[in-house]
Amino acid sequence: MSATLAASGPPGAAGPVRGGDEVLLGFTWALRAAGVAVSQDRAQGYLAAVALVGAGDRRATYAAGRATLCASPDDLLRHDQVFEAWFGSPHELPRAQPTPTTTTTYSALPATDADGSGGGEEQDVVRAAASDTEVLRHRDVATMSAAERQRLAAMFADLPVRAPLRRTPRRVAGPRGRVDASATLRASLRRMGEPAEIRWRRRGVRPRRVVLLLDVSGSMSGYADPLLRLAHRMTCVLPGVETFTLGTRLTHLTRALGARDPERALVAAGASVPDWSGGTRLGETLQAFSDRWGQRGMARGAVVVIFSDGWERGDTSLLAEQVARLQRIAHRLVWVNPHRGKEGYEPVQRGVLAVLPHVDDFVAGHSLATYARLMEVIARA
Amino acid sequence: MEPTSAAEIAARLEETGYLSDEGLATVTFLALRMQRPLLLEGEPGTGKTALAEAIAAGLGLPLVRLQCYEGIDATQALYDWDFPRQILHLRALEAAGGTNDVTEAEKSLYDERFLLARPVLAALQQAPAVLLVDEVDRADDEFEAFLLEVLSTYQVTIPELGTVRASTPPVVVLTSNRTRELHDALKRRCLYHWIDHPAPAREMAIVRSRAPEISAALTEQVVAVTQGLRAEGGLQKPPGVAETLDWARALHHLGTTELDLATASATLGALVKYREDGERVRQALDRMLRP
Repeated sequence: MSATLAASGPPGAAGPVRGGDEVLLGFTWALRAAGVAVSQDRAQGYLAAVALVGAGDRRATYAAGRATLCASPDDLLRHDQVFEAWFGSPHELPRAQPTPTTTTTYSALPATDADGSGGGEEQDVVRAAASDTEVLRHRDVATMSAAERQRLAAMFADLPVRAPLRRTPRRVAGPRGRVDASATLRASLRRMGEPAEIRWRRRGVRPRRVVLLLDVSGSMSGYADPLLRLAHRMTCVLPGVETFTLGTRLTHLTRALGARDPERALVAAGASVPDWSGGTRLGETLQAFSDRWGQRGMARGAVVVIFSDGWERGDTSLLAEQVARLQRIAHRLVWVNPHRGKEGYEPVQRGVLAVLPHVDDFVAGHSLATYARLMEVIARA
Repeated sequence: MEPTSAAEIAARLEETGYLSDEGLATVTFLALRMQRPLLLEGEPGTGKTALAEAIAAGLGLPLVRLQCYEGIDATQALYDWDFPRQILHLRALEAAGGTNDVTEAEKSLYDERFLLARPVLAALQQAPAVLLVDEVDRADDEFEAFLLEVLSTYQVTIPELGTVRASTPPVVVLTSNRTRELHDALKRRCLYHWIDHPAPAREMAIVRSRAPEISAALTEQVVAVTQGLRAEGGLQKPPGVAETLDWARALHHLGTTELDLATASATLGALVKYREDGERVRQALDRMLRP
């Protein structure tokens, strides 16, 4: 490892440290370019930390950077790589990764706003559009054209979403329950200490966490876009929705779906999932989810919804084992299969057969109407 | 009293039996000097909570612990009024012929002796102290926002009494198991450190320092097995250092000085906590211990 930079050798050995702060700040810029969210105050914290441990100490500088600039294991990984590139050889600057730019083009909406239409015709057009919408609600989303998908996307905004509820230990004021000593006391004080009416409080309710696991393997590619829109819609309305994609690997998507605007959220989600339409290793990715997130608490007591067609090549025993494990942790496990609602569907795929004994609800998920029903199932969980 | 270098921190921690590596010592040093909270993440059983205890012991400060859970709110973290005692006090006033002055009566009710200091307030009052906010990822976002407020000002305002400000900001250690991503605003306030499972040599040193009564040969074997299990993967809950220690102590209590298959299987309950894992470990042990 060549440590030739002024900030890395012992003081005096590599000449006077000139513009040391610029070198450090440059490092934070490089880190930002590599995808770590380095804010201004973080960068300042970094400078302060390096000043404390001494810029001459390469290892301390390294530790200071990890402590002040990073906020997740992914960040740490990027930090180490950029550190190597930045302080390892000063002449070779790390190249900023080009940020993927995705442009969304809106195709023309159906001609409901065609110009030159008379009053009577307009009525017809509206009625036609209305029944068209109704048809669209029940159509299989995988078989839609691009224009129909655009129209469907707008309809997601009207999807009724309600949160599943759980009782909490915290009590709220109510007409019965237990005596609320503090409220009673305050009421009594207002009457100069005379006993006043007794106030009560009882257990409150809170929304239950919902965890969405989306299978984005090749066989589900037709459903990826509507499922993401569904996840985004739920993230917007409900508190504490967590979304992951399952493909050849597990991707945490909650952050990307945080943007208010659905198109921006979808672009962000698209950029953060590396394995669109790849293969499936459902059993392994579910295991990864349970190991890294689920068992530690995210799935505990939550409503876990898996969107998948259950296409698992090879041995399905791991899949069955992992679904069973997830069901033991979760409050309720819902399996959404896009083929479930289609005519002549029989659950014969080996993956589906393996998981069926362990799921609480097995529901259809191929059209907007089925998604609305799914929302009902989740709200009642 | 105030440590002047990371090496000194490491030495202080080691005196209490906590063996830190260079990164952890440096970040702890920075947290103390920059008066910033320290956010620790990592696998369960790698010593996140133990670090807070070690800092408190090493610096000779009281440790105040706040365990987070779903639904925790400010009254459980900050302060509460002792209502039953207040009502008794009110009755006593009345029985004594009392005062008819409402303001006077109310004033005597919101006295410091009826104040129940919960962990955060207690830490501010006792400063300097170490405040451990354990498993902060279990609390809700609202609670996180509240913590943010306290951690940025190190003061708490009680409407009836006034503002309590820490004379010295407490050393704050937050731990998280990553069941959910913490908010950026909270993370920005903190120094971050990810604690990994220790390397074999360090784990051996940890067992030796925590449980010196255990024979060297047994220590070596126990560490080899747990390191092997972690490397192999496939377990629902790979053993942490805490489990390694538990297992070593369990074996020691049975009078074992050398690991054999029978005692190992009999004491597996100290090492793994799932039936499925138990099966896997038994098979792995079979492979590891059979020459």
